[in-house]
Amino acid sequence: MNPLITLKNVQVTLGKRRVLHRIDLSLHPGEITTVVGPNGSGKSTVLRTIIGAIRPTQGTMAQADNLRIGYVPQKLHIDPTLPMTVRRFLSLPTPVSDDVATAALQRAGVGAHAHQQMTDLSGGQFQRVLLARALLNKPNLLILDEATQGLDQPGSADFYQQIEQVRDELGCAVLMVSHELHVVMSASDRVVCLNGHICCQGEPEHVASAPEYRALFGSGTHGSLALYRHDHNHRHDHAG
Amino acid sequence: MLDDFFTRATLAGFGAAVAAGPLGCFVVWRRMAYFGAATAHASILGGALALALQTSVFLGVLSVALLMAVTVSGLSGRGVATDTLLGVMAHSALAIALVAVSFLSGVRIDLMAYLFGDILAVGKTDLAIIWGGAVTVLALLAWRWSALLTATLNPDLAYASGINPQREQQILTLTLALVVAVAIKVVGVLLIAAMLLIPAAAARTLARTPEQMAMMAAVIGGVSAVVGLRAALVFDTPAGPSIVCVAAFLFVAANLGKRLAPGTGLGTGLGTGPGQH
Repeated sequence: MNPLITLKNVQVTLGKRRVLHRIDLSLHPGEITTVVGPNGSGKSTVLRTIIGAIRPTQGTMAQADNLRIGYVPQKLHIDPTLPMTVRRFLSLPTPVSDDVATAALQRAGVGAHAHQQMTDLSGGQFQRVLLARALLNKPNLLILDEATQGLDQPGSADFYQQIEQVRDELGCAVLMVSHELHVVMSASDRVVCLNGHICCQGEPEHVASAPEYRALFGSGTHGSLALYRHDHNHRHDHAG
Repeated sequence: MLDDFFTRATLAGFGAAVAAGPLGCFVVWRRMAYFGAATAHASILGGALALALQTSVFLGVLSVALLMAVTVSGLSGRGVATDTLLGVMAHSALAIALVAVSFLSGVRIDLMAYLFGDILAVGKTDLAIIWGGAVTVLALLAWRWSALLTATLNPDLAYASGINPQREQQILTLTLALVVAVAIKVVGVLLIAAMLLIPAAAARTLARTPEQMAMMAAVIGGVSAVVGLRAALVFDTPAGPSIVCVAAFLFVAANLGKRLAPGTGLGTGLGTGPGQH
């Protein structure tokens, strides 16, 4: 299948700082891709380039004709002066019918909160509403920028489970940035290890054993790798 | 009907206030209050230039307000803090205007009229300009409403939906310049920011959605203009400040009403009282 997005030799300069260089990346339908990397490695910049908020200073970005992006931002600060009910938020910028809105909220497990103010939601509920909104236009590419920031561990595990469910239902590609290495490793089809450039990418197992990845994340990740292998030992005979 | 100066004044105040209300909501949401005030202050230079070149004051004010707005939009995010830049430009423009006016021999500029407005002297042409400007502002806001709101909420969310938030920012800048140019005759440069902010702030306590807030701001602004002018006539007080006083009174009333009767009327659910859990 044709990729949804293809970045070729992309370089991004913000101000005078070169944030990204030599980025080659393609996203395929139905695939969950996770970008990991230390702080300041350009993870969010990759996402913002793909949604069109930043223009590459070099290189090309090609997108499929039928590309529909659903975007869940890292955090969404709603100014206290801006009244916004959950129901109203779902209709931004494209109006949706009440039936569609109700169904989307129920699927996200926040059906009872339609008429509440966005600012009155808990962190977990807020994140679920953001996801519900991002799914309204039936995206074939769902982009999440550290969407579980501020959630506790069960909360974020829940959230990632929901993402996998969404992928299975909609068949959409997922591109996300995350700090939670062990969750990422178990929930991704492909991992991109970023540090200004792409250090290595591929299946989680491949990346986890790559020396570039170890150099970046050090021995502190051994524990999470073990967890990953443990989780999936039914799929890999050699593990254990 | 339009031959009566007071009718003209009422219509002028009402028109400007109804346009300023919804735009004021964006000013509040995007924290552009200082931007509005600075643009208004700088626009005095427009008035001075118009006198020097003997063109329409409206055009002069509009051009300077636009120039100011575009420069600030263009320069912000390039290393100079926006509020510093605004302060430098607004006060320089104001000072240059005052100096320039002193060179204009034979022209007596009524500074008070610029500072506090001259609504009772609104003529038929002024009225046409004010209503033309007000309708343009409201039409622009209505046309771009959804995109403006999305861009206000979060620029990246806008980009992902195919909206260019910079373009929406430019539209707001343009409408702001228009409102300044239109309202300078009504309340004067010192109080234009008040007409943008106070009705919107009063509406915030009552509204549950952005649309409600915009509508209420327009209504509160309109009521303030009509009641304020009437009060000015009855009590023989300055017109522009009287309008702002009524708006301020409505702001306090809205907040008090909300305090005293939480969970009733339009405010239902916004602040659920302790007994409702």
